[in-house]
Amino acid sequence: MEVVAERKRTSVVGKNVRKVDGVVLVCGRPKFTLDVDLPGTLVGKILHSPHAHAEIVSIDTSKAEALPGVACILHHGNVERIPYTTAGQGWPEPSPYDSFLFDRKVRFVGDRVAAVAAESEEVAEEALRLIRVEYKVLPAVFSPEEALADGAPVIHDEEDATGIHDAQHNIAAAVDIPVGDIERGFSESDVVVEATCEIPYSQHTPIEPHCTVAYFDEEGRLVIRTSTQVPFHVRRIVARALGLPMERIRVIKPRIGGGFGTKQEIVLEDVAAALALRTGRPVVMVYTREEEFVCARTRHPMRVRVKLGAKKDGTLHAIEMEATSNTGAYGAHALTVLSNVGSKTLPLYNKAPHLHFHGKAVYTNLPVAGAYRGYGATQGYFALEVAMDELAERLGMDPIELRLKNHIRAGETSPIFEKIGEGREGKPMVVRSCALEECLKVGAERIGWYEKRSRRRREGRWAYGVGMACAMQGSGITGIDMGAATILMNEDGSFRLLVGATDLGTGSDTILAQIAAEVLGVPVERIVVYSSDTDLTPFDVGAYASSTTYVSGTAVLKAAEEVRRQILEVAAGMLEEPPEDLELSGEQVVSKKTGKSVSLSEVGHQATYVVDQHQIAATASFVPPESPPPFTAFFCEVAVDTETGVVRVQRFVAAADCGVPIHPKLAEGQLEGAIVQGIGHALTEELLFSDKGRCLNANLFDYKIPSSLDVPHIEVVLVKSEEPTGPFGAKSIAEVGINGPLPAISNAIYHAVGVRLKRAPFTPERVLAALHRDG
Amino acid sequence: MRIKFKLNGRKVELDVPPGRRLLDLLREDLGLTGTKEGCGEGECGACAVIVDGKLRLSCLTTAIQVDGKEVLTVEGLARDGKLHPIQEALVETAGLQCGFCTPGFVMAAYALLLENPRPTREEVRAWLSGNLCRCTGYEKIVDAVLLAAEWLRNRDG
Repeated sequence: MEVVAERKRTSVVGKNVRKVDGVVLVCGRPKFTLDVDLPGTLVGKILHSPHAHAEIVSIDTSKAEALPGVACILHHGNVERIPYTTAGQGWPEPSPYDSFLFDRKVRFVGDRVAAVAAESEEVAEEALRLIRVEYKVLPAVFSPEEALADGAPVIHDEEDATGIHDAQHNIAAAVDIPVGDIERGFSESDVVVEATCEIPYSQHTPIEPHCTVAYFDEEGRLVIRTSTQVPFHVRRIVARALGLPMERIRVIKPRIGGGFGTKQEIVLEDVAAALALRTGRPVVMVYTREEEFVCARTRHPMRVRVKLGAKKDGTLHAIEMEATSNTGAYGAHALTVLSNVGSKTLPLYNKAPHLHFHGKAVYTNLPVAGAYRGYGATQGYFALEVAMDELAERLGMDPIELRLKNHIRAGETSPIFEKIGEGREGKPMVVRSCALEECLKVGAERIGWYEKRSRRRREGRWAYGVGMACAMQGSGITGIDMGAATILMNEDGSFRLLVGATDLGTGSDTILAQIAAEVLGVPVERIVVYSSDTDLTPFDVGAYASSTTYVSGTAVLKAAEEVRRQILEVAAGMLEEPPEDLELSGEQVVSKKTGKSVSLSEVGHQATYVVDQHQIAATASFVPPESPPPFTAFFCEVAVDTETGVVRVQRFVAAADCGVPIHPKLAEGQLEGAIVQGIGHALTEELLFSDKGRCLNANLFDYKIPSSLDVPHIEVVLVKSEEPTGPFGAKSIAEVGINGPLPAISNAIYHAVGVRLKRAPFTPERVLAALHRDG
Repeated sequence: MRIKFKLNGRKVELDVPPGRRLLDLLREDLGLTGTKEGCGEGECGACAVIVDGKLRLSCLTTAIQVDGKEVLTVEGLARDGKLHPIQEALVETAGLQCGFCTPGFVMAAYALLLENPRPTREEVRAWLSGNLCRCTGYEKIVDAVLLAAEWLRNRDG
């Protein structure tokens, strides 16, 4: 790793301090959700639908209830019917309220029918087998085309759902954003190219599946200890779903074993809470790996068509983007993921005056799509960057030159920022930092672009090629998402940092502590971080939309600055000097004039026990008025076996501008992990379904996520820029890395063998078929 | 069935039903929750432990299979409050993010270095391919294992 160029002097920010939870995690000590054992806990299990689309005619639970050890069975007949969304988004959620705790209808193989709480897992499973359900099977649709066809079955025909764009035609959400005059744009263009790329069902596959424990505290309040990215949204949505007052619920996020978006969804908490309420006992629920694949959430499968019009010199003149998104049986994140396909991609090439972004998110009788790292941008960049590669070829330009000619620069804007927001209009924004040009240069050098690009290498049946792509993302959701932080000083000069922000492995506890430590002039070890407990920490929307460093980080910065002000005030009294003459560093308050000093511990004791006693503390909140994009240039080298169609990614280089990295190694880790997930998308990952909609490969043997043997050495370079609105110049890094591998690998395959792979994953069968068709 | 074995250097003797998984024995009966369950079908490696010096998946091993053997889990590696070099190296390289797969990787790396104190980068990648990590992209885990190997060689001269 390297950080290009030097930064301003900081003592904690920008340093690779030890991850605050690193030492305990390598010892296996922290308690994840399931690492506690409460006496009398019942095991909750869900009965899933065997049909893709059916009405529940009757449910007979009598045999199951008679089984010794069964405590409770819930189904649509014995719970209140309240519509809600499982999407853990800010209120009011831009996702339709089309879900119920249990419904009279099932809409995909794996949908909830009933839930059992029993004394043991074995008894719960036996009880599931004893529940007799009579279904009236309905015709089902397994693709957006079928779902949109005239006379297609209506998946959401319930009258009490709200927020569905056009339920009669199975359209969960739709967008149509014209800018300028797209037809004129194409007619004025010298070159027009078009690419349609498709992404299938894929799943986040956190190594810890969804799990939750619901129990009661001493006062009878419901505690939900859960593996979530959004504890505050869990509290609000469970309160709605169960008709409980919110103050009766406490949500605790313990250590989380990865999320990547699937844990931005309420998929078990509502059921576990309902079972606990009905039985008055603790209930534990955990998805099996099969359930995690089918019943948690997936990426939105999508077909994206991109049409580009450009002038002879390569300047883009018109961009049309059409997205057809499959949201599955429910509309979680349907509108916002669809919107992001355009809003996170089109501003990257802001030179075109004529734009048209339009699309639909369509219900089908397949598993439910939701938030997944990249959040639509991944789908959009696949098509956009393959089309850019094609355009470069048609223009006889180097792909890097084409990007340099068109990409957004600091000081520039795009009309898209204002036109598309989070399920509504966005806000105008000027990009204040962008080092993409440098990223392109550094990445090209690293991979040996110009040398390798100029000749195709062929050794026997293996053909070699290089490809590239660019991407951006955002940093939080402008004007909507709020993060807050509280900092309290202890009398010994240490601090407690309470944040609603949710560390699910991202390292946010560490980088937020670094930000506080930097301002307060102490090492990270003097800051105790407590995060994500709705009873004890201030509000934060949670970990999504690449927001924590920028949004929660700014809240921490503001709280720390206020605490520093309070410290200087107390010290000023002790030193009998004005606060503006004092400096805070190295756990001391020092006078710049006289050199006299007091330690933070002395200040703490003074404020706590001696004079004008008070708690030195502050809470600050931050809602981002802007969402500065991080930028990345991706380069890869592939080898294609022309006999078998096997594609090997041999090298992968990514140069990223995330502003000032607060913790360079953690930033690199985010990028490396995202890239490897992207390589999985490109080469192997796809959920397969039978013609009845049953998932055929819901296990880690048949659904292949990359292992250490499947991925090349990933070379990551953090290219410095300084984001003036970010904490210490920082922007986000969590998502942008997943947007590049699909198009970069597709473009490299094209360079190697002259065929374009537009349907992911690029399996040997698809590569061979393309070679025989176009090669 | 009554079994006796050594767990992290200490003798254990207890009754277990014949079908009980070693994973459940460790996590539920003995309270050692460092060992994790990611899939329950032998694919992810989060439950890896060492049995008589060999890497074993505790979700596919029955408790009675360790009768008379020595079992080492992630809780047994740190000595006298000092991390094992593999653990230290993972912290040093930031070779962990969520930490859920980490105990399995720690045990897999431990088994590798017992067998091969001088692994190449490719050998580390091949050995670790039975453990899945969805966060890190493996880069910094591999770095950590190579660093730990170097430290151990220097320490043991």
